[in-house]
Amino acid sequence: MAHSPLEQFEINPIAPINIGGVDATFTNSSLMMVIVVALVTLFLTGGMRKSAMVPGRWQTMVELAYEFVAGMVKENVGNEGKPYFPFIFTLFMFILGANLLGMIPYSFTVTSHIIVTFALAAVVFLGVTFIGFIKHGLGFLKLFVPGGAPLWLLPLIVPIEVLSYLTRPISLSVRLFANMLAGHLMMKVFAGFIVSLGSIGIAGYFGAVLPFAFNIFMTGLEILVAFLQAYVFAILTCIYLNDAMHPSH
Amino acid sequence: MELEAAKAIGAGIATIALAGVGIGLGNIFGSFLNGALRNPSAAPKVFGNLLLGFALTEAVALFALVIAFIILFVL
Repeated sequence: MAHSPLEQFEINPIAPINIGGVDATFTNSSLMMVIVVALVTLFLTGGMRKSAMVPGRWQTMVELAYEFVAGMVKENVGNEGKPYFPFIFTLFMFILGANLLGMIPYSFTVTSHIIVTFALAAVVFLGVTFIGFIKHGLGFLKLFVPGGAPLWLLPLIVPIEVLSYLTRPISLSVRLFANMLAGHLMMKVFAGFIVSLGSIGIAGYFGAVLPFAFNIFMTGLEILVAFLQAYVFAILTCIYLNDAMHPSH
Repeated sequence: MELEAAKAIGAGIATIALAGVGIGLGNIFGSFLNGALRNPSAAPKVFGNLLLGFALTEAVALFALVIAFIILFVL
């Protein structure tokens, strides 16, 4: 095998930056993030530039994205969730943009690195915990004591609830990272099958049709997954936020 | 046993998690079809939940993949 399927995830420095001993090198990953933010901003501001009463095609797409996330926040958190809508919308659009741009051949998938997704999940986790304590004070701890549970079960239930709360950032980040990693890896592995089958001659060409067709199918599936994972990340953020708003369930 | 061979066996064993995920995914889509065929008008309402359940279950399979990778490349 000439190329490893893991090669696509390599991070290459573009412009070395060193601030007081901290390595802040501008890499292809950072470049991709800048492109994602620029494109999302262009998409949203460009679509709403005219903001016509009867929206055109572009404006309809922007409004669709807005209403999708707004409906999600309203459904899961309720009206108290409105102040946090910009954050969740930003999160959704960034992850969606990063996932979709990663589908372009020879580009780089930002969300296929656990450090990026873990940073996003850590922001959500810390933010939600702070919001819970600010809104309810120590009453937020009621989240760990399910209502209606018999008293003698509490020593067992409370540690489980605390543990499941603490693993939230890990499961949130690993879910996104592993989905993107596995999808891209699988496509590269099947692309490798096409190359190695094609190199054995005319019989190989006919054999190579199968992995090629599968790769086309995988591309479609990966675009679905790119959208689905952005949706799952955003909706879980909403659910966690709802827990912080209404801790006694 | 050689370390490389042990790693390969360990990574293979880690994929046993797929059995549970297979059962889970089959259950999700089977239950959805069951309900959707009984009451087709209610199907679009739970489609979002279906996708959410699919993504959450699929993530478990990917956790197994991550464990396999950790065994193969990190340990």
